Formats: sequence, C-alpha cells, structure tokens
Amino acid sequence: MNARERLRAEASKRILIKDGPYGTAIQAAKLSAAEYAGDTGLPQDQKGNNDLVNLTQPGVIRRICDSYIEAGAHVLATNTFNANRISQADYGAQNLVRDINLAAARVIREAIDEATARDGIVRFVAGAVGPTNKTLSLSPDVEDPGYREVTFDEVKDVYREQAAALVEGGVDFILVETVFDTLNCKAAIMAVKELERELGREVPLMLSLTLTDLSGRNLSGHTVDAFWYTVRHARPVTIGLNCSFGAEQLRPHVQLLSGIADTLLMAYPNAGLPNELGEYDEAPEETAALVKTWAESGRANILGGCCGSTPAHIAAIAQAVEGVAPRAIPKAPEGTRLAGLEPFTMAA
Amino acid sequence: MTENLSSARFVNIGERTNVTGSARFKKLVMAGDYAAAVEVARQQVENGAQVIDVNMDEGLLDAVEAMTTFLKLIAAEPDIARVPVMIDSSKWNVIEAGLKCVSGKPIVNSISMKEGEQEFLDHARKCMDYGAAVVVMAFDETGQADTKERKVAICKRAYELLTGIGFPPEDVIFDPNIFAVATGIEEHDRYGLDFIEAAREIKAACPHAHISGGLSNLSFSFRGNETVRRAMHSVFLYHAIPAGLDMAIVNAGQLDVYDAIDPELCDACEDVILMRRPDATERLITLAESYKGKDAKADKEAAEWRGWPVEKRLEHALVKGIDADVVADTEEARSAFAAEGRRPIEVIEGPLMDGMNVVGDLFGSGKMFLPQVVKSARVMKKAVAHLIPFIEAEKEEGAKAKGKIVMATVKGDVHDIGKNIVGVVLQCNGYEVIDLGVMVPWDRILQTANDNGADMIGLSGLITPSLDEMVTVAEEMQRAGMTMPLLIGGATTSKVHTALKIDPAYEGPVIHVLDASRAVGVASRLLSDTQCEPFVAETAADYAHVRDVRAGKTASVLLSLEDARANAPAIDYSDKPAPPLQPGVHSFDDWPLANLVEFFDWTPFFRAWELAGTYPSILDDEVVGESARQLFADAQAMLDRIVSEKWLTAKGVCGFWPCARDGDDIEIHLAEEERHVRLPFLRQQVRKSRDRANFCLADFIDPAGDWIGGFAVGIHGIEPHSERFRAAHDDYSDILLKALADRFAEAFAEALHRHVRTTLWGYAEGEQLTNEALIKEQYRGIRPAPGYPACPDHSLKPILFDLLGATETAGIELTESFAMLPTAAVSGFYFGHPESEYFGVARIGRDQLEDYAARCDIDLSTAERRLRPNLD
Repeated sequence: MNARERLRAEASKRILIKDGPYGTAIQAAKLSAAEYAGDTGLPQDQKGNNDLVNLTQPGVIRRICDSYIEAGAHVLATNTFNANRISQADYGAQNLVRDINLAAARVIREAIDEATARDGIVRFVAGAVGPTNKTLSLSPDVEDPGYREVTFDEVKDVYREQAAALVEGGVDFILVETVFDTLNCKAAIMAVKELERELGREVPLMLSLTLTDLSGRNLSGHTVDAFWYTVRHARPVTIGLNCSFGAEQLRPHVQLLSGIADTLLMAYPNAGLPNELGEYDEAPEETAALVKTWAESGRANILGGCCGSTPAHIAAIAQAVEGVAPRAIPKAPEGTRLAGLEPFTMAA
Repeated sequence: MTENLSSARFVNIGERTNVTGSARFKKLVMAGDYAAAVEVARQQVENGAQVIDVNMDEGLLDAVEAMTTFLKLIAAEPDIARVPVMIDSSKWNVIEAGLKCVSGKPIVNSISMKEGEQEFLDHARKCMDYGAAVVVMAFDETGQADTKERKVAICKRAYELLTGIGFPPEDVIFDPNIFAVATGIEEHDRYGLDFIEAAREIKAACPHAHISGGLSNLSFSFRGNETVRRAMHSVFLYHAIPAGLDMAIVNAGQLDVYDAIDPELCDACEDVILMRRPDATERLITLAESYKGKDAKADKEAAEWRGWPVEKRLEHALVKGIDADVVADTEEARSAFAAEGRRPIEVIEGPLMDGMNVVGDLFGSGKMFLPQVVKSARVMKKAVAHLIPFIEAEKEEGAKAKGKIVMATVKGDVHDIGKNIVGVVLQCNGYEVIDLGVMVPWDRILQTANDNGADMIGLSGLITPSLDEMVTVAEEMQRAGMTMPLLIGGATTSKVHTALKIDPAYEGPVIHVLDASRAVGVASRLLSDTQCEPFVAETAADYAHVRDVRAGKTASVLLSLEDARANAPAIDYSDKPAPPLQPGVHSFDDWPLANLVEFFDWTPFFRAWELAGTYPSILDDEVVGESARQLFADAQAMLDRIVSEKWLTAKGVCGFWPCARDGDDIEIHLAEEERHVRLPFLRQQVRKSRDRANFCLADFIDPAGDWIGGFAVGIHGIEPHSERFRAAHDDYSDILLKALADRFAEAFAEALHRHVRTTLWGYAEGEQLTNEALIKEQYRGIRPAPGYPACPDHSLKPILFDLLGATETAGIELTESFAMLPTAAVSGFYFGHPESEYFGVARIGRDQLEDYAARCDIDLSTAERRLRPNLD
C-alpha cells in the first residue's frame, strides 16, 4: 500500500491524532545564538531561526517529536514551516534550504520508525510547508493594487525545492499548511505535480487553510467552500483548517468543510484565543472537550493542535476522542465546482 | 450539512470585458485606462454576470501583459473577484499567464484539437494541474465544426480523450459554435437549428459535461438593430436551454423576457432559428426595418421605479430605504384601497408588510446590513404614521403583531444604542416592541410584561454591574412564577455568563442573543408552534454543556497574592515624570466640537452598527463596504450639522495631585484640605510565562513621592434632538446621533489627554503624533478607566468624581451602578511614567479579594459583588 492508502486505512479505524507546534518548544530549550548557528558558519545572527535547528541541533527536534509521539500522535509534521528560500533569506540561510529539509525529514522519520518498531502503531511523517511571507494575490503597495512582490513561477520554484528535499528525506505527505493566500497554495500544488512527474510516483498532499476573520475567509478573501473548490483538483489526502482561532470559533467552519469535502478532514486549531498578553491559556482539557464535540458529531478524521498547544493538549485530545467513530467521508454529488472568492456550482 | 449544488439551469457569462466583443472596453485597455476597464467588470457583476469572460486578443496589444495586469487588478476588487473568471484567448501562452494570476477556480476558454491531439491533451493536463475547467471548441485538425454531425463527432472524440487522461467530465464545457443566421447565404440557414440539435446529442453522449456558446454571433447580420438582436438572443436561449445549453457569453443587462417580446417579432425570429419556413430570413429582414432606430433604452428609462405600480414602489422604497415619496405613495395606496372598499389597515398588512418581509429576508440571508435595515424601518414608520389617523378614525384594531416583546436596559445602566437597534429590527419584522427605556428596575419590567401579555422579555446592558442586575431580574421572574422566555443581550453579556449565571436562576427559557441580526431568528423560533420546543431544549442543552465544560475546566494557575506582589515589575522611578506645570483642577465648559472631529476613532462607530472591519479599509470592504460608505456619508452630514448648529456641548474636567504608592494602593495628598485619599488597585495573579511581571496600576507610582491625574468628560445636549428624531419616526437618525455623541466623548478624552501631556502636565511637550498614532496609543502614559480591565472596580468612580468635582463642573452624574450620565462620557486616571502600560487584571484569588475588602474597608460580600467578573 502507498502512503495515501495506508492513511485512509488507518483513518477508517479511528480518529487519528496530529502533533502540535514546534516553535514554543524550541524557544523553551533556550538555545544560544551559537547553538542555533552550529557549524554552519552563517554570518548573520541565527537566533530565532527555528528551522535551522533541524540541522544544527537535531537532538532538540527529536525530543519534541518524541514528546508528541508519547502524547499519542500518529501524524508527525516536520519542523519546516519556514524552511523555504524566501523565509530563510531573512537569515541569509537560503542556501541551506535543502539541507534543513533533508535533516528535518530524517529526524522525524527516524523517531517514528523507532517508535513503530517498539509498539507496532502506524505513524506518518507530514512534510510541513508554510505559506512563505509573500503573497501572490495581494499587492503590498496600497497605491498600486496590480503590483505583486513575487511571481507564481518564483513561488512555485521555492515550494518545489523544499518539497523535493522533504520527499528525499522520507516524508509520506507534503502538508501545505496555514494557507492564507489560495494562489500560493495553487503554486505549491503545481510544484508537487511537477515533482511527481519527475519522480514518477505520487506525492500525496495535505492542505490546510487558515482563516483570518470569524466570517470564515482567508487573507486572499476566499470562503471555506471556495477554497475547497479551488484546490479539489489536487486530490489532497486530507483537507482542513489550522491555526486561525481556537476550536470554539473554528467549529462552524470545520462543520461546513466536513459536509462538502470528499476526502479526510484534518483540523488543528490554536489553544483558544490569545489573552490580553498574547499568550494562549486554554487548558488541555478545555481544547480537548471542544474538539471532542467535533469528533462526536462526525466532523473529523485527524485532530491536533496549532499555536499554544503542548504535548499535554495533544494527549488530552487523544484521550478525549479515544473510541469515537471517525468521520465518514461523504460522497460528492456530480457537478461543476468553480470559485471566485465565493463558490459557484452547477449541477451536472 | 451536506453539499447541495446549485440547480441553476443557466449561467450568464459577462461578455463586456472582452476586447473582441466590446469596442468601449478595447478602447480603455488600448489607452491603458485600467481603472475604467475595471469598472466595466464591476458593472457586469452588478448586472448579474455569474462568471466574467476576460479576453485581450487584439493584434496591437501585448495580450499577456494586458491579461495579467487586468486579472491582478480585479483580484483586488472583492465585489468583482467574488465570481469566477473565464480566461479567454486563442493563444495558450496568454491563457497560461492568466492561470498564474487567478486565485479561485477559473474556466479556460478555450482549448481544441485544432493542432492535433498531442497539444490538446498537453493543454488539458496543464488545466488540471492549475485547477481549471475548460471550454472545448468544436474544432479539429480539419477546421471548425459547422454541421450538426461534425459538432457531435468532434465533441465526442474530445470527451473520450479527456476522460481518458482523468480529466473530470463535469469540468468540460463544449462550445459547439454559434454562427450567424439570416445572412442571406443558404448554408447558414441551418446553423441555429444545428446548434440546438447538436447540444441535445452531445449532452446525451457526454455525461456531466456542459454546453456553452457565444450568443452575439447569432444575430451578427442585424448589427445596429438592438431590438431585433435582443429578440433573437432571447428566442434562441428559449429553445437552446431545454436542449442542453447551460451557459452562454451574453450581455447580462441586455436580454429580453421571452414572453415580453412583440409576438410578431418573436414568431419571425423563431421561424429563422428553427428554420420553420424557407422565406424566414426575408420576412425577418422586412420586419426588422420597422424596428430600426427604435431606442430600447427609452423604454427602460420610462420603466424606472417611479413608474411602477404603487405596491412595487412601496416595496422598492422599503428595500432601498428611500423615504422621499413614501407618504405620497402610502396615501395613493390608501385611497386606491378605499375606492375598493378596503380599510387603511390593509395597506399595512398588505404592501407595507410585504415590503418589510423582503427586507427581513434580505437581512436574514446577509444581503442587507443593519444601517440599511434601520433606514427601511424609518420608511415603514413614516408610512404607518400617515395611516394611523385613518385607522383610528375607523376605530379598527391595529394590525396583529407577530408577537409582543418587552425590552429594557436594566437598573443602573443607561446604554441603549444596541437595545434600540434590536427594537427597530424586531419592529421591522412585525413584532410589537414595548420599550421601557433605560435604568428600568425589575419590578417594572415584570409588571409591564404581565399587564400587556407579553410573549417575551429582552434585557440589555453594557457595563459589568448590569450582569448581576440581569441575574436579579431572572430570579425575580422565577419567584413570580413566570414562564415567558428571557432574552439577554448587550456588549458585556456572553453565552458563557448567560449559561453560568442567568440560565440557572430561571426555569423558563433563557436565550443569549449575540447581536441584532440574531434577534428575529430567536423571536420567531420562540413563537413558532413547531420550532419553539426543540429550540428551547437545544439551547438549554447547549448551556448545560457550557456549564459542564466550565466545571471540568482547570482554571489558569494563580499565584498567591504574596508571590504575585514579589513578581511586580521593576519600575525605574528615576524616569518618573516631572511634577505638572499646572497642578490642581482644570475645567472646560465648552470645548470646541470642531476641534474634536480630527480625534475621531471611527472603527468603534462601525462596530456599533454591527459592521465588522477597521476604518478606513471598511469603506472598501467587499461585504459591508457599500453599507459602510452610506453610513459614513450620513454620519458626516450629521456631524457637520452637530458642529455648525452646535447641537452638543463638550464639558470636561481634569486634575493632578501629589501622591505616593503604598503597597497596591495609591495615596493622594490633598494639602489644602489636609486629607489623604486612598485609591485601592488590583494586581494580576495569573501565573505568567517567560519574564512577564504581575502588574498593578500602583506599580507606576513612586513610593517616595509622585503625581497622578484624573479626568472626566461628557457630551451634553443630546435629548432635544433625540426626541425630535423619535417624534419624526426616525430611529436611524436617533441611533446615529447617539453613536456620534459616543465618538465625541472618546475624541474629547483623547484631545484632553494630549493637552495634558503637552501643556498642563507637560511631560511630553514636543509630542507630534498623528490621529492614527493616537488611536494606536503610541504616546507616553496611560489613562485607565474604572470598570475596564486594568482597574475593574467601577466603585473607584465616585472617589475620582469627588476629587475632580466632576458632577459640579462637568455635569456628569453617576447611577447606583456607577454608570455615567450623560451616556456619552469617559473618565479615568492619568499615569505619566514612561513604563506605564495597559493590562488586564483578569482572575484574582480569594486572598486578594479579602485583602482588597480590608483595604477598601468594605465587607467581603460587597467586594465579591464588585469584583464578580474577576472571581470566576
């Protein structure tokens, strides 16, 4: 069985658990600038370059990964949210993109292979690909709405480089997450399609949208259903939502997507909304109780955590949804699905 | 929910943004006037185009450049970008450049087998990777399909090739070529009929695929004769749609209703299109002569809404909120009804309520926004006011309301903007609202509800003590054995508070109503025979669930008060501000209103109208922008009158006093009066991560001696104007005025604070900040208000007012719950230390509660009541 089939098989048995974020955990390790930089010899200060840690301090990443495995996660993402040429250029580390992603994929692959050898539980590595900090749909210059900082092909090539290294390092899926600009996501899809053609095999995609306002649109203005119609051609093995807000606020949007997506649904919200100090203080049990209601109403196949979540949150979610039946994938009616910022459909 | 695909039988594709089809658009693009070109796209969408076709194929244009420029520009226009794009070009490189700019799922128009199967499939694969549907032209290696047989054969071959590579059949749209008919060339006579028959066969042979066509070709030989062209298009669609035509590129604003076409012309068009007689072309040409030069536009203008029947005019006026002619129209309807022996009340029950139902439906489905609804209500009220004397003269019963609702802002609270909006929305939807106003004690609410046989009670409040008062009302309703539903609303109310505190106090239904847009849905369900019971049960279960979650919640970890104090921030008191240049108390009887306008923060103004977004970008918001612009224009107009006619008076007072920190208290020394005043503050107790300290406002004051300030500002004189508006049945202007008065109060606080920083206290003499920077609080020092997060106890207000003499000098009074009157008022303390910052006290422990009670010299239960929101 290939990775897509294995995931579908596991997901038909139970609700699977995805891990939580790496950023906070890496900061907690309180690495010095020298430890961040390791022996890369990079001239710029690398403190805060959390993606570089895959390469320079793999032990730190391994410990965080192990803590999520311990918490019960089946889908483990690589720590590569910013491991792309555009974001790494801020640190002058753009030439290390391939090395970072290779190392990132290998450390997670190793961790889960060892765990599986111990307990026989099937686990997956998702190669995480962030949105970059450039947007293809919006102009950064209010005076010139037609201006774009980057082109589709540039963004596609950036994704292609990262995805190729992640796949070489052994990931099962490419997880395009925190999609704030739908066109960036389309460029990522194109990159993976090209990679598939080069490798001569399927590289299944996981896609995850992030909403920027409670009415349910992302930054480029797409509604949840318009987004799904726009990316459905990628045949993603999972579609879903992450980050955005807490589970409480994300609920109606998960519900909408769950009703229309004829593939697995993966959702990993933040641990509530940040408090007045910008900190997340939703307790693990609280997050777990909220996502449990999604599980119980048959809305989810894979659940995990984003900003503010800790291994304790992941463990609480795993415990809360233990034994709850996974979402049944709905059959999509025949018909044409188009989208502007809003969906447009025609019955067949 | 499950996915329901639209069952729309026919899709209009806008054709005006096509340089080959629109001379005007071509001229604009050639001249580089893209701003005007974008407007063409906007009009298309406004006229009902569900997809817009964009074509830049013109020999003198760089089509790639023009296509990408235009697509990027319309991507920035949410009211255009909401619909899918059709990227239209005969050149693949133009299409692919377009695909890289479109963020949704577009349609590519077109690909074909003109250059052979290989290229056709390459392009199809690219479209799959980009995620696009495709129009496939009925074109093969030998040329364009003209006969029915060729159309069907080419489409079937293309369908098999496409599905063979996994192309989704539902994303295939065939264009079997609509050619010009009635050209005088005999071979062309069959073109219309061939298309229609081919469509039927292709549909049957190619499951899930669609059929499209460019309509304007059909009538090409009648260029210049709009009437005939429109009739031909309508007739063609009438017959082609049932045969399988799903979409067409049309000018959406230029289609006639089939039934409305002149029967003779209609018949002649059908003869041509369906090839019903050999002389059809000649007959149509002859007939067409008589339509030449007739200006179809003149008919259209005559049909402007003022020429519509009176019922439709009333509906239009209500939906658009136009009150100019409503009294005349209402009178026309009334006298027409009277002539038929019908009663005046029937005008309300008939056309007026029909119009309001349209408004209610549009609002309910999110197609209208609050300011528009409130305007509609104004139109309705004026119409009803005109009818009342006639109704009373006949001594007939008033129109039967859908239900009766008693509404009140609870005792101790004076805020009513939100309550008034809810009241208007309910009235618009046919409910009778008995509005008891503000500061209403519970006994009056209960009595009014019982005396009038109300169906439900709605409570509103803005300040935190109102939450407790709402619990009291609920407890009293329980004690009185009432069973009617209790609705809870207002800015500080929440589902959680309602579930935890109010719902358990009353056995009848208790419903938290999040905002005005939900009020009608809630009221109608509560009054429905079938929906009430499930709705109440569902809500009760939801609230019980909230309580369970809450009970199981491990609250955030609190430090002991001792540890929290040990983690106080280390403030460097050597940076404290110098003593004020002008100590003592300063009062301002009449701060110029014109001066305050530049300090307005408009974002909360829009929020008061339930329009979400930040000023100024909200004015261009895709969803609420139009509504926001209209509201903003109305606000500007009223603002001009407020200032020039001096409707309002801004009175304020501020003062500075020497003081010293003593633990978590600040002790003010009033030398002249030889007395000390103690201000008790609260400290954050929630355990902090990283290096954050546990703050208390007292931290910003030097124990060795320092200065603190205070202020209170209020906007007076609103009542006569408010009453005037209400007498004219103009809730819209009334609410607008109150919302603007609130803005004036906030702007006054901002302006006075700057005057204090730069002049009176004078620690920031050279400060130069824009209004944006002020709104973002980029100045030195803070002005926390009692009742807000840094200083949650409202009961500090009487102490502050006493220090300032605020009631005497600024005319601001306090209610028993410490709400300020006039309602548009702000008060607070000034802290000048550069490290002072806003924070939220959040949850505190029993230890601090006891300590605070002792410091304030009040008993524990009083302290508990005052700090209720911080205790759980």
